[in-house]
Amino acid sequence: MKVKKQYVGAPVIKKDAMALVTGKPVYTEDIAPKDCLVVKVLRSPHAHALIEEMDTSHALAVDGIVAVLNWKDAPKRRFTMAGQTYPEPSPYDRLILDRRMRFVGDVAAVVAGETEEAVDLALKRIKVRYQVLEPVLDFRRAKDHPVLVHPEDNWESLCDVGADNHRNLCACGVEGEGDVDAILEACPYKVEETYHVKANQQAMMETFRTFTTMDTYGRLVVTSSTQVVFHCRRIVANALNIPKSRVRVIKPRIGGGFGAKQSAISEVYPALVTWLTGRPAMMVFTRYESQIASSPRHEMEVKVRVGADENGILQAIDIYTLSNTGAFGEHGPTTVGLSGHKSIPLYRTPRAFRFAYDVVYTNTMSAGAYRGYGATQGIFALESAVNELAEKLHMDPTVLREKNMVREGDVMPAYYGETATSCTLDKCLARAKEMIGWDEKYPCRSVGNGKVRSVGVAMAMQGSSISQVDVGSVGLKLNDDGFYTMMIGAADMGTGCDTTLAQICADCLCCDIENIVPHGVDTDVSPYDSGSYASSTAYLTGMAAMKASEAMVKKILLKGAEYLGCPPEAVDFDGERVYETGGTGVITLKDLANQIMCNNDKALEVVETRTSQVSPPPFMVGIAEIELDQETGHYDLVDYVAVVDCGTSLNPNMTRVQTEGGLGQGIGMAMFEDVTRSPGGRVYENSFMQYRLPSRMDIGRLRVEFENSYEASGPFGAKSIGEIVINTPSPAIAGAIANATGGVHIRELPMTAEKVYAGMGNLEKGKQGKSGEKPGRGAW
Amino acid sequence: MEIGFVLNGRKVTAEITASTVLLDVVRDKGCYSVKRGCETSGCGLCTVWLDGTPVLSCSTLAARVEGREVTTLEGLSKEAEEFGLFLAREGGEQCGFCSPGLIMNVLAMERELDHPDLDAIKEYLAGNLCRCTGYASQLRAVEKYLARGCGNPDTRESVQPQE
Amino acid sequence: MFRAKDYRRAESLEEAYTLNQKRSNVLVGGMMWLKMGNGQKGTVIDLSGLGLDGIEEDGEQFSIGCMCSLRKLETHEGLNTYFGGIFRECTRHIVGTQFRNGATVGGSMAGRFGFSDILTCLLVTDAYVELYKGGTVPLARFAREGCGRDILVRVLVKKDKRRAAYVTQRNSQTDFPVIACGVAKKDGNYYVSVGARPSRADLVVRPVTGEPLADQARAAADSFTYGDNMRAGGEYRKHLAQVYIRRLMEQLEQEER
Repeated sequence: MKVKKQYVGAPVIKKDAMALVTGKPVYTEDIAPKDCLVVKVLRSPHAHALIEEMDTSHALAVDGIVAVLNWKDAPKRRFTMAGQTYPEPSPYDRLILDRRMRFVGDVAAVVAGETEEAVDLALKRIKVRYQVLEPVLDFRRAKDHPVLVHPEDNWESLCDVGADNHRNLCACGVEGEGDVDAILEACPYKVEETYHVKANQQAMMETFRTFTTMDTYGRLVVTSSTQVVFHCRRIVANALNIPKSRVRVIKPRIGGGFGAKQSAISEVYPALVTWLTGRPAMMVFTRYESQIASSPRHEMEVKVRVGADENGILQAIDIYTLSNTGAFGEHGPTTVGLSGHKSIPLYRTPRAFRFAYDVVYTNTMSAGAYRGYGATQGIFALESAVNELAEKLHMDPTVLREKNMVREGDVMPAYYGETATSCTLDKCLARAKEMIGWDEKYPCRSVGNGKVRSVGVAMAMQGSSISQVDVGSVGLKLNDDGFYTMMIGAADMGTGCDTTLAQICADCLCCDIENIVPHGVDTDVSPYDSGSYASSTAYLTGMAAMKASEAMVKKILLKGAEYLGCPPEAVDFDGERVYETGGTGVITLKDLANQIMCNNDKALEVVETRTSQVSPPPFMVGIAEIELDQETGHYDLVDYVAVVDCGTSLNPNMTRVQTEGGLGQGIGMAMFEDVTRSPGGRVYENSFMQYRLPSRMDIGRLRVEFENSYEASGPFGAKSIGEIVINTPSPAIAGAIANATGGVHIRELPMTAEKVYAGMGNLEKGKQGKSGEKPGRGAW
Repeated sequence: MEIGFVLNGRKVTAEITASTVLLDVVRDKGCYSVKRGCETSGCGLCTVWLDGTPVLSCSTLAARVEGREVTTLEGLSKEAEEFGLFLAREGGEQCGFCSPGLIMNVLAMERELDHPDLDAIKEYLAGNLCRCTGYASQLRAVEKYLARGCGNPDTRESVQPQE
Repeated sequence: MFRAKDYRRAESLEEAYTLNQKRSNVLVGGMMWLKMGNGQKGTVIDLSGLGLDGIEEDGEQFSIGCMCSLRKLETHEGLNTYFGGIFRECTRHIVGTQFRNGATVGGSMAGRFGFSDILTCLLVTDAYVELYKGGTVPLARFAREGCGRDILVRVLVKKDKRRAAYVTQRNSQTDFPVIACGVAKKDGNYYVSVGARPSRADLVVRPVTGEPLADQARAAADSFTYGDNMRAGGEYRKHLAQVYIRRLMEQLEQEER
């Protein structure tokens, strides 16, 4: 049978689109039972403290209160909330409820009641006596600090990631090739700078939320807005210390995730309540909670040393990343790796590289997974450093990149020695330059009134799934009249994988896409999938969809041959009928599908699983054009072009929107999304009023194009798209600022007008409001 | 206290307190399209019409709605589908969580502004945050939607496969 | 969200005033800011039934009711034509249309918020507030003193032929301003207001001199104090005030020519 490519590559509307745009009740909170107990938590006002005593009697006395739980009520076995494949690299360092409070916002007690009013009142009536301890707030001083964030004996690291809780270390390591120091020493042109990326919030519109019920069989059913449905089952079972067979997890529609929901942020609290009381329970995070106690990007300080010869050929790259995992180690040991592994390999020329890192615990909000997952931080650093190097070489930064960038066929030593089997980074750069008019616009030109327009460039890469770890699966079932149910374990979080995977199946089965019915994730029903993260779904689950379709076709052929009374080699399938290739026998799929329901001993069901030994990187180039007011440092983003190589755009609408969306987040992160803390460790940006997401007015023109290669190991040649797209705005905009100002390099995000102005030498050092001490109460 | 108002063309009553907000009342009445995305009146997810004017239902006292007309997306299903299809053709709904609030405001804008240009559209819709799309696809959808029937229809039928 | 025991849609200003004398009671405008509080209130006093939600124009002045929405201020043709669009400029960055449909002029003024675009903008006009008991008070005085438990009924903006200009700088387009500046010119005087310093806006009146505008702007900017908050530092704000006041003066000069 021939695969007819009619849906793959077409801008198919998402299967759930009309339900979403007409506001149907499809999200977690919309479908929760009406009688759910309201679950809220009491949060620690201290960055580091021990609960000496807690009096819950007055809270329990409030009318309508069903449970007030604290450390005495929760299991004593530590676990991690990180949604990762077992054994998780993230340490088992959490309890649902602990006596030690490790950041402002850590959970001291869980309250469940019939109404929100009762719960709010009960929360106020809990009396807690804290022994306030000295916190570790500065991540630069956390390693080997005398104060330990996790002094406990039952802290456990399952994998060899260099973790040591007695040193506040969540992970550490070093790798490399060649004599970096000697080569850099000999380089005539060098940059050695440190770049700082903040703990940005994913800020998906739907905050964390979960409801839990008990089913007929005494099992805990967790319905949750999660990207990692199967991992979530393990996490909840670990947290409650109950058999995994007693937990079922279901994912409805999700209002965005971006990695935030790759950790089980809200699940364990209602789960504990339901497990102990038998009552349905629901917890919905407020935006405030989502801002202060969730799973943001790892704050990282990345020190880059990069050197080139007189011709601008890069000789060596040295990166040291210090990552702040916060109070708990979720995704700490893994995110840091990408800061080196997804930045250094962008360049083919260096004769040596070194990548070293420390991931430290502090008494700040625990970090997690956010789109880009460490690559974003590393790429901001390295791409900024390369722009600075170009300036020192008096060389156009695009020319410097043309001389040094990775090319198809290159072996990438800093990327596990993988070969760039598909790469059109060179074409991406050429096209992006053409789109923006780089040669006319670089570095800047005056537009009058003290304003200049300038351009800045950056390259990026990511991976496609975690090689040799991730598992993607698709199950197909043939039903009455010949429609297929497509069972997947990957979580569509608005990204459209229910649809793109159906496109793949429809093409492989030569059928109308309406004939493919996707079934969202339910751990009892769906085939195992590690989940929607690590840029894995299109690439990995996409291949599983192809495999499953092929297996289904084989079964249909066999069954068809049986019904036609001829050998399997003598028949073919065209999507609608099985027919004798050399004869006249024909049976339609409809008849076949209906016939198998009677007197049949071969199930027309398949499950196929895919894993990958490699993680082929998508590549891209982003170029920003800004207009900067030289008198104030204020700048507007005028235009942003992005050219992406994602192998194949399975659905060009989806890949384009993924790109535009990633750029939007990257622009916010570059320009104004900030995370700062009070001297006591309280996060100031605790609402959308203070944590500024880009509005439509902030984002200039976005122009996205594709210069796709073809990745033979991916479905129809596809690689990933979801994460890479957030990586270029920060370094590209930083480059544009430098080009507008004659060399003001902003190395700490966000790049506010004040920082630009200060960089122009106009403010006394340390006098900037944002970078210096923050004001206290009453500040708006 | 009890209030009476018109919800999507139907008279309804609701038992409320002095500080109940409209958002909770309409969700209670089954209008689940109305979402809460923040506590600081800044995301636009909860947009409904009050006497035809788009407002934030999270910041509208339910008591104030006595005797007035409230419209949610559930009451505009035909228009929602029409613009929604434009949005879907661009992939601009993505996770969909902000879509109802956005659509309420787009439909209000269509009634209020005459031939808005892109800047005017951006300004009118600035209070509808979206974290998925970077806004570009939504703006394409809005422009195409407003241009429909002006001899400038977007005839591309996205559900049709490419040959 | 705060909680309240009672709600009362006032049938007269007298009723509203009487209720408002109790400290636990609260007057509600658009409730944008108020809803962020968590306290327990007594009675919520609603003025929305008193016909105070419009803008009236006569030969002498514009009279803006306290329940007039920011959106009406933004889109009012008479007001914006007369004052060169400053009311559009001072509102269009405030969150979004729906927010501005809810937020009221009275709420914005009565709060005397440091970030208030509305207050900063109105200060450079010949504006007054009409208080229920306190009578008509110049806006600058109200800005400094507030009105206690009195009720701000209307804002009156005189048609005195002054020309005005307004500008802000923001970290993001719909954020609070980092700095807000208004300048008006009339009868040989510059009326200069600066808000978001970050403390509340104030007004200085300075005679127009023959000095370079940059010097006049600097002198005007220097007569205010500036401080730090999350959005920027004081020194930077002071610089911005100097720049923007000068630019607004230049704009007014150009319009004169």
